[in-house]
Amino acid sequence: MESLTFRHTTKTPLAGAKPLAITGVVASGNLEVLLERVLPPNACEVAVETPIGGYGDVWEAVVADFVARAQPGGLRISINDGGARPDTVSLRLLQGARLMEG
Amino acid sequence: MTLADILASLFPEGHGVTVADGLVTGHGPLDGRTLHVVGIDGDTPLGVDGALTLSAAVLDVMRAADKAPILVAIDSDSQRMSRRDELLGLNECLAHLAKALLLADRSGHPTIGLIYGHSAAGAFIATALATRVLAALPGANPSVMDLPSVARVTKLPLEKLQQMAKSTPVFAPGLDNMVAAGAVHVVLDPERPLHAQILGLIADLPSHDVRDRLGQERGGRPVARDIAARVAGQARAG
Amino acid sequence: MPDVTDPQTLSWYEASARQRVANLLDAGTFEEFVGPAERAMSPHLPLFDLPRAFDDGIVVGRGTLGGKSVLAAAQEGRFMGGAFGEIHGAKLVGLLRAALDVKPAAVLILFDTGGVRLQEANAGETAIAETMRAITDARAAGISVIGLIGGRAGCFGGGGLIAGTCSRLAVSESGRISVSGPEVIETNKGAEEFDSRDRALVWRTMGGKHRRLTGSADAYCEDTVAAFRQAAIDLIETAPRFDLAMLEAEQGRLEARLHRFGACRDATEIWAQLGINDPDAVPAMTDAAFQEIAAGVTEASHDAR
Repeated sequence: MESLTFRHTTKTPLAGAKPLAITGVVASGNLEVLLERVLPPNACEVAVETPIGGYGDVWEAVVADFVARAQPGGLRISINDGGARPDTVSLRLLQGARLMEG
Repeated sequence: MTLADILASLFPEGHGVTVADGLVTGHGPLDGRTLHVVGIDGDTPLGVDGALTLSAAVLDVMRAADKAPILVAIDSDSQRMSRRDELLGLNECLAHLAKALLLADRSGHPTIGLIYGHSAAGAFIATALATRVLAALPGANPSVMDLPSVARVTKLPLEKLQQMAKSTPVFAPGLDNMVAAGAVHVVLDPERPLHAQILGLIADLPSHDVRDRLGQERGGRPVARDIAARVAGQARAG
Repeated sequence: MPDVTDPQTLSWYEASARQRVANLLDAGTFEEFVGPAERAMSPHLPLFDLPRAFDDGIVVGRGTLGGKSVLAAAQEGRFMGGAFGEIHGAKLVGLLRAALDVKPAAVLILFDTGGVRLQEANAGETAIAETMRAITDARAAGISVIGLIGGRAGCFGGGGLIAGTCSRLAVSESGRISVSGPEVIETNKGAEEFDSRDRALVWRTMGGKHRRLTGSADAYCEDTVAAFRQAAIDLIETAPRFDLAMLEAEQGRLEARLHRFGACRDATEIWAQLGINDPDAVPAMTDAAFQEIAAGVTEASHDAR
């Protein structure tokens, strides 16, 4: 298992007040994303546990892209990965952010 | 110990326990009372027919309403694996046997499991694991699945599993690991008369299911007790 | 709740455990215990280089169903096949034990499991035994325990034994119930005994229609969350007692089944003996047509469970 953590500063906090959301399932080619509104409004942290090592740069790029698009300020995001492709990861992160806004 | 050795040690005055097609039924005198015996001998798999034979014997005991204890003596294979058994509802028949033992226990017939050989999977759950207290004799070999099968399913090399089994009781087959998980309460001493040891277990029955506490104390199930307590605590609150 | 969609059309089979429980209960009433934020994750899976889940593959909590208070547990069949690991099992055990004090109208178990998680086999097996004891304790105290089965992992191994301990069961066509799975039988006894690739054989032998016709399950649902919800509401009302009279009746029911059908090689022979005119048509039958047929089979409905 490989653990990765990415910290970002956002321009804005994520809209909404929902404290917690979870989406996805840990299964082959899938992942679960737990989102918690526990950080300062301009901070975002994404922690990843993945059984597939050696893709830190891909994760870094996917997370950076998500942060730029969603501006998820205030969120601690925890990922249990089951070996998902980058497009699936992006999709789940955006789904999760939408749930927190809702 | 063989079943014959066990029965001789349990019932020095003789007994009426018989074995037919690997299924054990009967009773004998224990300290002025009756001890009923049901069980499986000779590494026999438990199918729909055997499960209903044993459950019928347990229901017979309950009808007598004499609060006599029941010993569940087990040296079985796993559940019988066949198309016919599943077609006929093996899950119901095994659950029915377990329910009969669980109802007998709560109706005042103490249920004592005694594993003296092999047992595995559904047969183990429906019999020995459905008792109030499960004792074992040295040499017993309870398991969920043997390591070569675990290797096949988990796609891990057998050598690696054998190595891991030495330090990780939670998945490895064998008596020591089932003791560590709290599934087996106590290992009896074959050098001492069994009838006194079984009487001791009956005199000292736990009032509730203590298997997760034992698993925590022995290290084979480190977190189950706390998790169950946390869930129950949150359910009871609010 | 984020996962609430239209339960009228939401497929039980396709839905996640969280979607099932959120849409099964009265809208917005589900409250989870030891939820994902508590990160109660398996201490054992990392030893096998396997990913963990924040809820260990089971969602437990309380809510209301048709206005009545219930406790509910939902297994996630896509995580490790919904199998019982140490934490997964302990969450179900804790929920059932609390039922004695909470006294809900029912405990609902949304099964979706291949049985014991082999990486935590001893813990899973023991938890199954604890679960069965806790279910009988709850039932003896007058609390119904209702099992709902229609997920992608089915209800296998020890899950099948737990199902057999419940007060009532609802299944859909996909709701396979069995102790040994098709692959397990084939691996141990050969393809002549059971060809696990013969999917039609699997459904006939273990699937929801066979289980409903033989009285192994008490209700048959179309594959929607709404149908399971209605079945659960109905079944709570009719849960049998847990006592000697019930077990004697179950003994008689199961003995009669073995006596009548013990020589049958295939489910279609059993269905024919149950009085179904065209047993070969059963597998392709619509849910509505099947429900009509099942209603006419006397053996299918009973209180001997």
